[in-house]
Amino acid sequence: MSTGDVVVLDFWVSPFCLRVKMALAEKGVAYETQEEDLFGGKSELLVKSNPIYQKVPVLLHGGKAVCESTNILSYIDETWPSPPLLPPCTYGRAQARFWADFIDKKVFEEGNALWRTKGEEQEAAKKIFIETLKQLEGALGDNDYFGGATFGFVDIMLVSLTFWFCAYEKFGTFNLGDHCPKLSSWIKKCMERESVSTLLPDPEKVHEFVIMVRKMRGFE
Amino acid sequence: MADEVILLDFWASPFGMRTRIALAEKGIEYEYKEENLADKSRLLLKMNPVKKQIPVLIHNGKPVCESLIIVHYIDEVWKHKSPLLPSDSYQRAHAMFWADYVDKKIYSLGRQVWLSSGEEHEAAKNELMGCFKLLEGELGDKAYFGDDTFGIVDVALIPFYSWFYMFEQCANMSIEAECPKLVAWGKRCMEKESVSKSLPDQHKVYDLLMDLKKKILAK
Repeated sequence: MSTGDVVVLDFWVSPFCLRVKMALAEKGVAYETQEEDLFGGKSELLVKSNPIYQKVPVLLHGGKAVCESTNILSYIDETWPSPPLLPPCTYGRAQARFWADFIDKKVFEEGNALWRTKGEEQEAAKKIFIETLKQLEGALGDNDYFGGATFGFVDIMLVSLTFWFCAYEKFGTFNLGDHCPKLSSWIKKCMERESVSTLLPDPEKVHEFVIMVRKMRGFE
Repeated sequence: MADEVILLDFWASPFGMRTRIALAEKGIEYEYKEENLADKSRLLLKMNPVKKQIPVLIHNGKPVCESLIIVHYIDEVWKHKSPLLPSDSYQRAHAMFWADYVDKKIYSLGRQVWLSSGEEHEAAKNELMGCFKLLEGELGDKAYFGDDTFGIVDVALIPFYSWFYMFEQCANMSIEAECPKLVAWGKRCMEKESVSKSLPDQHKVYDLLMDLKKKILAK
């Protein structure tokens, strides 16, 4: 299949799009990206491919659209089975899906609360965010990765969010390493992987992006 | 060795209903344990320490949490009977997309219709009706969401059929008038034993929700 057969409707700063690109990279699948200008106006292709949510990422495979990042990751794992992102045993897969869902529901929203709030509200948001990260650290345990000995589904779900952590740390004035040292080590280990290090956007650029969004939305 | 299957549940929970339906579809024997959500058991807190919520499926001593994840697990373990997910990966992604849509929208909007008032209530009611219309569009002329077989999207959505009476009473929603195909689908699902035995009576659910509403609003 040519690269034209696999297209990702993308937005550079979206951790959800990054997940999809990382999964494809892990599988060695060649793909094209189409950058969406979410502030300028969504493309006809995006609106047609994802009429329900009109959001990125969308994976187009042979012209057929798959939407919602967790769903796309499952599809990628099933369509290109090697190397597997989910564990081989059914129970292990259920555990991985649980943590993937936990990450999806909590991390981005709770992290973003750190730049959307001030004062006491921000302090409360910080406590909640750190508590969530500690729960994830508990799930990691003493393993190299959330997938045990191998990098997998849950690792991709979480590491794709970590380039936003610099912005959270700056606005929330805290250091991740002070609260979750194991998670910090895990991030460094993930960065040794080509799929992560080549794809992760510059955290400083995210910080600038957040400053711009805050001004736009009148948070300043 | 026989499987030991326990379900920690609450009779009126739509999420619990999903797991009951899936177990019934597969013909799995299990022990049902009713939880008092105001006084959660040690077993529940031990088996779901992260969310502390029902349903929890305990399979040979190991817990699986989150209703759609449990349904997926049940489908994978007991794959010899009544598949709930398609075998084709694109069709599977399509089914999971819609099950996730139900998960994201119906409970939170339904809850707002149940508990809120004024503008918030009106907005939730309109948005919820919009979701039902979208789902009806997705159903089309099929017997079930899973093409012509009962599948994960049907399992995800049908528990909310037990809330339809509450929506009619609390919000004057005429779901049958506005989404006749969806209501026909609901009735069709209720003809299945796995569904009719798993869903409580709509009036019982309504009485509980009104009772809870009084307590919540009094706080």
